[in-house]
Amino acid sequence: MKRKLGFSSTVLWLGLVFLYAPMLILILYSFNESKLVTVWGGFSPKWYAELLGDQQILDAVWTSLRIAFYSSTMALILGTMAAFVMVRFKRSWGKMSLSNMITAPLVMPEVITGLSLLLLFVHMADLLGWPRERGMLTVWIAHSTFCASYVAVVVASRLRELDLSIEEAALDLGATPLKAFFLITVPMIAPALLAGWLLSFSLSLDDLVIASFASGPGATTLPMVVFSSVRLGVSPKINALATLIILFVSLIAFISWYMARRSERRDRHAGR
Amino acid sequence: MKPPLRLQLPKLQLPRGRLWTLGLPYVWLLLFFALPFAIVLKISFSTAVIAIPPYEPTFHYADEALQIFLNLGNYLLLLDDSLYYMAYLSSLKMALVSTLCCMLLGYPMAYAIARAPARQQTVLLLLVMLPSWTSFLIRVYAWMGLLSNTGLINNLLLWLGLIGEPLQILNTNLAVYIGIVYAYLPFMVLPLYANLVKLDMSLLEAAADLGSSSFNTFWKITLPLSRGGLIAGSMLVFIPAVGEFVIPELLGGPDTLMIGKVLWQEFFNNRDWPVAAALAIVMLMLLLIPITLFHRYQSRSMEKER
Repeated sequence: MKRKLGFSSTVLWLGLVFLYAPMLILILYSFNESKLVTVWGGFSPKWYAELLGDQQILDAVWTSLRIAFYSSTMALILGTMAAFVMVRFKRSWGKMSLSNMITAPLVMPEVITGLSLLLLFVHMADLLGWPRERGMLTVWIAHSTFCASYVAVVVASRLRELDLSIEEAALDLGATPLKAFFLITVPMIAPALLAGWLLSFSLSLDDLVIASFASGPGATTLPMVVFSSVRLGVSPKINALATLIILFVSLIAFISWYMARRSERRDRHAGR
Repeated sequence: MKPPLRLQLPKLQLPRGRLWTLGLPYVWLLLFFALPFAIVLKISFSTAVIAIPPYEPTFHYADEALQIFLNLGNYLLLLDDSLYYMAYLSSLKMALVSTLCCMLLGYPMAYAIARAPARQQTVLLLLVMLPSWTSFLIRVYAWMGLLSNTGLINNLLLWLGLIGEPLQILNTNLAVYIGIVYAYLPFMVLPLYANLVKLDMSLLEAAADLGSSSFNTFWKITLPLSRGGLIAGSMLVFIPAVGEFVIPELLGGPDTLMIGKVLWQEFFNNRDWPVAAALAIVMLMLLLIPITLFHRYQSRSMEKER
């Protein structure tokens, strides 16, 4: 037993080095003075200054942030409702087909999701005249749909371990289901809701493939700008941008993890 | 205690509220997830033309008759042109090999986390999962700098004197394998950990007491008991890896054939929407078995948690 543990922990540490080394090196090289990305020319923050002067990138950041905000909010609404159906509803045809539809996007290859949504938007524009053109609205729909799956998974696992007696007491005392939901259930699952929202936010901010299909000339998101410049090769300016993205998204992910964990721990202290 | 509680609750809720809760996400998913697949299927039977949108309608209503044109040409093309079926085969092969590599690397990692002291477990798990939440594109990009001919890895090997001239790693299939394993490793570790952490240690102790070697114990007890996590992790890696576009595009070379890349090129470069749609339909058919496997595991583990 002991020897195996030694082997597996060695692999664990090697695996962690494998996961983190490329990002750490990227961050290090974003402070490289030299324009040659492979030669170290001394420490300099000049690429960050150059980044701030690039209007195209700044516009894309703003577009991406807005889309991420609206998408994660819609995903939160849809995902929470779906989670309620999955956990609280009796077994029925509607429930089963909904839970199949909500978990499918988790593993669907992005090119398929992207292509199918684009064809839908083109058809709708043809038949209904709406959406008139593809842009922020269509990316919002696409992102809300696939982020809702992640929210549903996060919220459902929280709902499953929730104590029903408080909600029942509220209902017995005459609260309407809607009131009981907002006054009792929402505060109890708030950390999971925030975790789901933040996870959606970072997923939406990060998505390239689905956005490329769903977007039009009107809305260029940050990953689309990064991708078109990365295709041409490595550049120090993109290194600087990548560093900022890594730090920002890791921060969101960390807060989301922390919120989900704090709610778990509170339950444990309550003796559950 | 529990079952009667759950049976009571639906009665307490207003039917109208329940209808809304089920209805809104249902209609949304039907419209923006299920319906699009039907449209992809329809477009895959149409003919490409130079127009906006660039395909011919499948349904025609003329002379009081509904005419349906099904053009099988796109599917025949997939069978006929070796580019396409080679792309499918090589995508499946690359996804399979990457999944196995993730398994070999991810299993010991998950095992080590599951056996670590409880306090360390959550931190280690966070360390493994954090990269998967960080920008996917950026993480693939990071390897471009590392693997290039003048990149850090080649410079290091040259400096150590292990190689005489730079190795061509970037723009080869090897780089694609590295990229897929790197990007999807966390998705293998998470379900495996969730499974291994529940493993009953007394079984392993009993086996050891009865004189079983540690390898034998692993092979006969630990591995079979973690089958569920192994299947879930493999599907989480394999299915998206088959359709991967970003990794072969950025790390692969001109001879890297992957179906996600071919689909992208048909759609964006050749503007042949019907062929792209047919490619997507066939890819979905190929992935139907793995997706079903994943769903079965997912719903079973949800039932178990109750």
